[in-house]
Amino acid sequence: MILEAVKNAVRMEGITKHFGSVVANRDINLELHEGEILSLLGENGSGKTTLMNMLSGIYYPDEGQIYIHEKPVKIASPKDAFENGIGMIHQHFKLVDVFTATENIILGLEEKGMLNVKKAAAKIREISERYGFEIDPNQKVYNMSVSQKQTVEIIKVLYRGADILILDEPTAVLTPQETDKLFSVMRNMKNDGKSLIIITHKLHEVLEVSDRVAILRKGEYVGDVETKTADQQSLTDMMVGRAVSLNIDRPKAQEIKERLRVEHLTVRDVEGVKRLNDVSFSANAGEILGIAGVAGSGQRELLEAIAGLQKTDPESRITYIEPESDEEKQLNGKDPLEIIKSGILLSFVPEDRFGMGLVGGMSITDNVMLRSYRRGKHNPFFDHKFPKELANKIVNDLEVVTPNVDKIPLRRLSGGNVQKVLVGREIEQSPTVLMTAYAVRGLDINTSYTIYNLLTEQKMKGVAVIYVGEDLDVLLELCDRILVLCGGQVSGIVDGRNVTKEQIGLMMTKVGGGE
Amino acid sequence: MWEFLVAFIPRAIVNGMPLLFGSTGEILTEKSGNLNLGIPGIMFVGAIAGTTGAFLYEQSVGAANMNAWLGTLIPVLSCLVGSFLMGLLYCFLTVTLRANQNVTGLSLTIFGTGLANFLGGTLIKLAKTDASSASSLTISGSLKYFSAGTDPGWLAYVGIGIAILVSLFLRYTRTGLQLRAVGENPATADAAGINVTRYKYLATIIGSMIAGLGGLYYIMVSSQTWSEPKIDASGWLAIALVIFTTWRPSLSIFASIGFGGLLILGTRLDFATEMKELFELVPYVVTLIVLIIVSLRKKRENQPPQSLGLAYFREER
Repeated sequence: MILEAVKNAVRMEGITKHFGSVVANRDINLELHEGEILSLLGENGSGKTTLMNMLSGIYYPDEGQIYIHEKPVKIASPKDAFENGIGMIHQHFKLVDVFTATENIILGLEEKGMLNVKKAAAKIREISERYGFEIDPNQKVYNMSVSQKQTVEIIKVLYRGADILILDEPTAVLTPQETDKLFSVMRNMKNDGKSLIIITHKLHEVLEVSDRVAILRKGEYVGDVETKTADQQSLTDMMVGRAVSLNIDRPKAQEIKERLRVEHLTVRDVEGVKRLNDVSFSANAGEILGIAGVAGSGQRELLEAIAGLQKTDPESRITYIEPESDEEKQLNGKDPLEIIKSGILLSFVPEDRFGMGLVGGMSITDNVMLRSYRRGKHNPFFDHKFPKELANKIVNDLEVVTPNVDKIPLRRLSGGNVQKVLVGREIEQSPTVLMTAYAVRGLDINTSYTIYNLLTEQKMKGVAVIYVGEDLDVLLELCDRILVLCGGQVSGIVDGRNVTKEQIGLMMTKVGGGE
Repeated sequence: MWEFLVAFIPRAIVNGMPLLFGSTGEILTEKSGNLNLGIPGIMFVGAIAGTTGAFLYEQSVGAANMNAWLGTLIPVLSCLVGSFLMGLLYCFLTVTLRANQNVTGLSLTIFGTGLANFLGGTLIKLAKTDASSASSLTISGSLKYFSAGTDPGWLAYVGIGIAILVSLFLRYTRTGLQLRAVGENPATADAAGINVTRYKYLATIIGSMIAGLGGLYYIMVSSQTWSEPKIDASGWLAIALVIFTTWRPSLSIFASIGFGGLLILGTRLDFATEMKELFELVPYVVTLIVLIIVSLRKKRENQPPQSLGLAYFREER
């Protein structure tokens, strides 16, 4: 049997990288073949992004050697990476908001002569046609959707002539339709002879788009498999290092009762533009209500309006129904403190963890205290004991990995642990309504499932759970009902048990989901 | 009325030029993401360095034997060196050591003001020309090379020229585009292969040197003497003008002259002499009103560079 000679576009040999005393990557050997799509898989903190950042020149390896097309190279800066034909599309877009697409794309290029924006725009159009992108070179970035921004990022590296592309979680923020489009573009690039690495948490995407999968665990290289021979379960087991159940339990609660009724909710932004337009729905105790929609369709405004953080138009009604007495209370027009004082137990896990939820410079105990300081004795000095007990309880219950609860600032913990603290704190309030926005964003599979189980547990306790999510597969498995938002309007409310991803995808892009 | 304007406008330009130099320098600096509140101090240092240069040259050769070229170049070069050092100090502290920009800037202002007044006092003692005017220093020898009497002088054209050049540079050149990217989003610029540190250093130091010339202009043309100069007032107004003009040096040409006019309103209007102190408030009240109005406009292009005031560290996690 004659083996077809495989040419390596990238070969990383014995790569090690430390951050202080933490080893992010240990002795990694990775190969990317020419003209293939390689998936890089691993839990949070397994060192995927760090490894790729060493290819793109953001970090420099402490040990090891990188070969590009079998030539040893030194990549000390992003510029070196470009020169070797490597382009990385980062998870957080590196774009200048007030620049146009063209200006962003030509940024940093050392072409001869005067700045010629027209010529650059023409080249951008040519690249777009070749691979099937849709883009207006003169559009400002701050006017763009997430998917358009991503397109700019990809064209940016193609414009520089990259033949090795690294995409760091490119689908995390896309709708299913946008993801399909991205994958078709990726296949076009592959057929054009380019080599691609894609980092993603979503296993079905790994199986759909890649030729080969490489797996990292805790900074070490576990191995690689041909995608043909893998399935979701085998990949997860390799990634986590033990067998993991991939099913989300969706028991039906015994009693389902209306808890929160939202009627004609309209919210405007500072410029008076309607961010939410006449939204009506109800959230029931014993149910998880999923909220789906393209990023920025009004999810944030919806949750904030209920939490008392947004001004609403006068015709809006948000009614809370007391669990015991069935007494109705109006929420709109109240600020968060008034809501607490009127005895309504509302918990909110905001999408912006450190912006709205937690204080990064303070310890777990102090962060817990932010929510609990009104409980207990009232005297000028605060009581440290009670919040510390609560913090320890959260740490134990949710398996938060932390050296201590009252010294280390929260910012130093990993994203997953921070999120557990936030969710744990909100659940500890024993709420009757629990709202979460992107509760698992950036978390690995293991932690995500912990959070899903917590939410289901709350639901079974008779809490009305509102779950704003971006992964449609999870929404479909987790939620009893799903409300789809489109441009601030309710596109439809569907039963989570009998709806398909495609139907929701259509409703996300068009009110009602019709063609 | 016509006669009044003919007399008033040149004075407005004379008093506005320090603001133009200051604001042009600060705009260039801020476009790199550095908020340099040390501008008043830097203008002070530029002024005293230039004055010292002029004074020493005049003392060493005597007022009668001065060469026109040297008499011009020595103050200008001394001024540039002085403000260069201040800019370098600011960059070293904020870019290399990543010190807080506000604190660094304010300390430089206090330091520069103190240093300049101290050296100014020393020069006055050294001069000892006239016992009756013990609190002022006149460097008559060099003054004539900068301005003949009351006209704005050649340095004013330089100031306007620099403002136009900086405007064109920021808008139309590749380097200008990259500088703006550094101020907006240094991580993006870095990933695009732009040397963020170099851009920050160069923009801030050149900006400081431009601002320093404003101090020199203040002494050589606006006040024509060193006598407890109020350069810091001009410096703060220059920083406010940066916001007022929404980071456009070309607009600052007109804004500076306008504010230069406001500064001298009290001394030029007949009916105002009675309420001179009240009229001296006018530019600051107008600044406040203007800042309020500007802050109400919400257009994206008119906002400050996004990472203004923040230090950049590549491997921050």
